[in-house]
Amino acid sequence: MALEAGRLVSRAVARFTSLFGQKRGRYMFIAGLAIVFTVVFMAVAAPLLTPYDPTMPSGPSLAPPSLAHPMGTNRLGQDMWARIVYGARIAVFVVFTATTLSMLVGVPLGLLSAYHGGVVDRVLSMIVDAIYAFPSLILAIALAVALGPSPVNAAIAIAVVYVPTFFRMVRGEALRIKRMEFIEVAKAAGLPESRIMLRHILPNLIYTVLVVYSLAAVDAVLTEAALSFLGLSVQPGTPDWGYDLYYGKDFVLSGYWWLIFFPGLMITLFALGFALIGEGLSEMFRKQV
Amino acid sequence: MGLLRYFAIRAALIIPTVLILYTLVFFILRVLPGDPLTAILGTKNIPPAELKALRHQLGLDKPLIVQYFDYLWNVLHGNFGTSLVVRGRPIAADIFQRLPATIELSIAAMFVSLVIGLVTGYIAAVKKDTVVDSAMRFYGALAYTLFIPWLGLLFQLVFSVWLHVLPSGGRIDPGMAPHPYTGFYLIDSLIEGRLDKFLDALAHLVLPALTLGIVLSGPYTRLLRNSMVRVLESDFVAAYYARGIRKRKIMLHALRNAITPVATYAGLQFALLLGGAILTETTFSWPGIGTYLVDAIMYRDYPAVQAVVIVFAFFVGVISLFVDLLYALLDPRVRY
Repeated sequence: MALEAGRLVSRAVARFTSLFGQKRGRYMFIAGLAIVFTVVFMAVAAPLLTPYDPTMPSGPSLAPPSLAHPMGTNRLGQDMWARIVYGARIAVFVVFTATTLSMLVGVPLGLLSAYHGGVVDRVLSMIVDAIYAFPSLILAIALAVALGPSPVNAAIAIAVVYVPTFFRMVRGEALRIKRMEFIEVAKAAGLPESRIMLRHILPNLIYTVLVVYSLAAVDAVLTEAALSFLGLSVQPGTPDWGYDLYYGKDFVLSGYWWLIFFPGLMITLFALGFALIGEGLSEMFRKQV
Repeated sequence: MGLLRYFAIRAALIIPTVLILYTLVFFILRVLPGDPLTAILGTKNIPPAELKALRHQLGLDKPLIVQYFDYLWNVLHGNFGTSLVVRGRPIAADIFQRLPATIELSIAAMFVSLVIGLVTGYIAAVKKDTVVDSAMRFYGALAYTLFIPWLGLLFQLVFSVWLHVLPSGGRIDPGMAPHPYTGFYLIDSLIEGRLDKFLDALAHLVLPALTLGIVLSGPYTRLLRNSMVRVLESDFVAAYYARGIRKRKIMLHALRNAITPVATYAGLQFALLLGGAILTETTFSWPGIGTYLVDAIMYRDYPAVQAVVIVFAFFVGVISLFVDLLYALLDPRVRY
């Protein structure tokens, strides 16, 4: 009897895991998408999700989580949940702006470099490789300082730093596609270069670009948080996860855990969301190919 | 001969890499708005004449291109210049004082990340397509997305505030710093023969190294798993099984074959390691080169920033060179 039950259980577990194995890509993709959508929803619907103003005191100072303040309050008596919800706005703005800008610059450059080759390719590749090999956070910090602290400038700094990621991936993939027969055919048919690049190579790069976009977004989330943690993004007092973590840092030794736990959790969750999308996509595409 | 030639070319390629980064940082700092004098002096009202004299004294009134080559020339002669903020203080001295702290942290973090990454990756590969495998792979994805200051602060909360077992920051307790023979506290304390200092330094190192190590371990998990899975499906493993060789021995052979991509990545990750070190050092008040660089950038201490960037870029180049050599040693098929 016990043996029979054990066999049943083990079969059920095996079936579940094999299912998970087959559809893991899709599951990861959906889970990631759910996380990212939740954060975007928080950013858009912030006033509906909390009655409090994130920059105004709404309760006692340093109150632990309770029904009235589910994530507690900070030293100024501001509601942490309100700050988390409104903080999503900065994160969403900076991450999508930065990653999209990076893509808009990196993809055409990578495509051109791969298609034309020669001196242009060699010079571009060398510059990009040098930047790529260097700690991106340091360059982002230097750019953010030079431009002056603001979310827009943080987005620009992050965008510049992640151009190499798009460039390298697109260049590599474009080189692979360029050698394929259908491109030779298109060339032999006398199609203009611009048409071959835009109509024949670019569409085949979409999967790569999507995966790189989500993985670059992971880094953008973490870099944005790092910049504001170092005081290089928002003005002091603005609700922002990285800034709130920096603000809460000095209260950790007194045991006020809620000041750092929730902002950091949101940063990591948001990054994880993009990571799951990227991993899921690449697994699904690999299966398709 | 082939290897030697390859080595020479790779070594020579470090120079343009360093030059590109120096150029980039030089112009980012100068072309964009902002000025070291206003950053240092704040918005205090200073007579224009005095400001001009100060500017001349610091060499900031020369044409950019002259400043660019002046500094390069000095670096080639081993002179990294003096700080603009603490005027007259040689930057090389600051870097040499702080670099060992960062290297100590980096090596410890690298060690932590390799141990965690290899163990989780190995387990995932052996338990391929089970719940354990999925859990390990999820760990791999999650670890990379952990925000370093958050993880560090959580560790401080648990181990320093709640459990009182480890210090929350700094490199060593006040008054315990050993004589800087090498600058590495773990080594210097042993040279002095002071076990108490060694243990104190070690206790301070645990949380920062764990924080940085865990975040860096994620990619190793995934790399080793995938490469190990590929090796386990290869013919030679099947042949070992057919010959009845014990599983543990087969696994060791497979591991040795699977480890090369991990070694390559470990070298490439050096840049990530240095970036992560900045955040770890800030979180744990670790007096390393990362916190030095952040301060230098904030105060627009041009020569200091340039010096650190050149040193970093050089390190990145040298490390990746050594990884390539290591690669050639680990994998006898690699020939250049």
